[in-house]
Amino acid sequence: MIKRLESLSIHTLLAFGALAMVLPFAWMLSTSLKSQSEVFSYPPQWIPSELIWQNYARAWQAAPFARYFVNSIVIALAVTLGTLITGSLAAFAFARIRFPGRDALFALYLSSMMIPHQMTIIPSFLVLRNLGDLSPALGLDTYFALIAPFVASAFGIFLLRQSFLTLPNELEDAATLDGCGKLGFLWRIVIPLSRPALATLALFTFMGNWNSYLWPLIVTNSNDMRTVQIGLRYFVGQEGASQWGLLMSAAVFITFPVVIVYLFVQKQFVQGIAGTGIKQ
Amino acid sequence: MTLSISAKRRREWAEWLAGYAFLAPSFIILAVFTYFPVAYALGLSFFRWRIMRGEPTFNGLTNYELLLTSEDFWQAVGNTVYFAVGAIPTGMAVSLFIALLLNRPLRARTIYRTAFFLPTVTSMVAVSVVWMWIYHPDVGLMNYLLNLLHLPSIRWLNDPRWAMPALIILGVWKGLGYNVIIYLAGLQNIPQHLYEAAQIDGANRLQLFRHVTWPLLTPTTFLILIMAVINSFQSFTEFHVMTQGGPIGSTTVIVYYLYQQAFQQFNMGYGSALAIVLFLIILGLTLIQNKMLGSKVHYQ
Repeated sequence: MIKRLESLSIHTLLAFGALAMVLPFAWMLSTSLKSQSEVFSYPPQWIPSELIWQNYARAWQAAPFARYFVNSIVIALAVTLGTLITGSLAAFAFARIRFPGRDALFALYLSSMMIPHQMTIIPSFLVLRNLGDLSPALGLDTYFALIAPFVASAFGIFLLRQSFLTLPNELEDAATLDGCGKLGFLWRIVIPLSRPALATLALFTFMGNWNSYLWPLIVTNSNDMRTVQIGLRYFVGQEGASQWGLLMSAAVFITFPVVIVYLFVQKQFVQGIAGTGIKQ
Repeated sequence: MTLSISAKRRREWAEWLAGYAFLAPSFIILAVFTYFPVAYALGLSFFRWRIMRGEPTFNGLTNYELLLTSEDFWQAVGNTVYFAVGAIPTGMAVSLFIALLLNRPLRARTIYRTAFFLPTVTSMVAVSVVWMWIYHPDVGLMNYLLNLLHLPSIRWLNDPRWAMPALIILGVWKGLGYNVIIYLAGLQNIPQHLYEAAQIDGANRLQLFRHVTWPLLTPTTFLILIMAVINSFQSFTEFHVMTQGGPIGSTTVIVYYLYQQAFQQFNMGYGSALAIVLFLIILGLTLIQNKMLGSKVHYQ
């Protein structure tokens, strides 16, 4: 009896907490389907009397969201792929090749994790501005500016190195006997055996870049280069914070892809955070 | 004989060369966008440079002097500390409580976990827009809840006294799931036999928590604390979307002040001095916390 009472009170507390967490999302969905007059009705109504699905179409067309989505997808995919490539190469060098200065270089790489991103934004901005004088494709307001600074991650290299170190040396000896070079060994044996670490890194890199804000805000100028996050911010300014139905529709379609991904890979997400203390 | 030595050396060189070649791509990126910028920021901080108006001129430590005597800077530091002190202890206490509730075989555990973690994965911009709507002064959900409790409405983001508390509430809500997951991982590392031994000694629940759970959880608590402090000193997005540092500077945090100085007023030298100071603050906090970590933390 006491046990049951306890279980009931735990469930009540948790359900109450979970409700508080989800309530803003429910409110977002509800508002996104309301007519402009119902949006401002008070006291608030949870269920719209009529579902205005056109809000989504109107929001999608009120700003170039299709372009923003393409930009965000291209950038997040390119950064993820680049991080995996440079990360695998560097982690392999640190884990399985002997060369002078290796430990000092590894310490140098690790030290870069101590440097807050906000400290490098002014100089990086100026670097790209100067590169733009060489070639417009390398300057500010380009894909290059949004991608290049992030295609190497010291944290990712550290994570992959830990995984590469666990592979037995005999594997490499056998591969060398079979005439496999270092690159071949990395590509054909190390990478397939390190899939969990690579998947964790890919997941967090993609999500982190999809959600990133300060850097794209600084380096983008034209509507053509904006990401979904920056696009949503400008949409708020443009709508003068009165068209809440449209604003919530836009918030929904920007949140939706990430939530879907999260629901599918929830386990990897939780394990990645619990195991490494990763934060996007 | 000499031939085999030179062959051996050649193989060694090939090994070295491979090592450097494998490092080259990541090294170039880190050099151009991390190591060089650190040196560049330090150098720029000794110059006066308004980017649209002419060339940089050397002015020694003037930027630092201006910074440390500027009321705006100290207000930004104060606002950031207010944000951190408001959000972190509450957030940590609530997340520990939830983790303790979740740390047992429970029906619907995954559903709860999903709910608590949902805000953490969604973008800060999107949730900021949603919370702007929740904080709407006339028809917002928050004031509706206050009115239900017979409390007067608040002008939240438009009121200099309430804008920061509004952002603190959002911060706690957004970061909760992350802390819960780290706490759950910490709780699961506590060996069951310690609880059993304490129970045999007749310890009640509160004693179990005080003498087993809490001390063994200190490394986790410190990890969360370090990350949370660093994160709050780097926060920017919600402030840029929701309040633009206002009203009357009440939510201008350090990074927002840096953004204003460097990218709205184009004071690149002053902004760089600010970036260096921000780095030193974060470094100092990390070192202090590491030191405390060394002396006060229980390891098994």
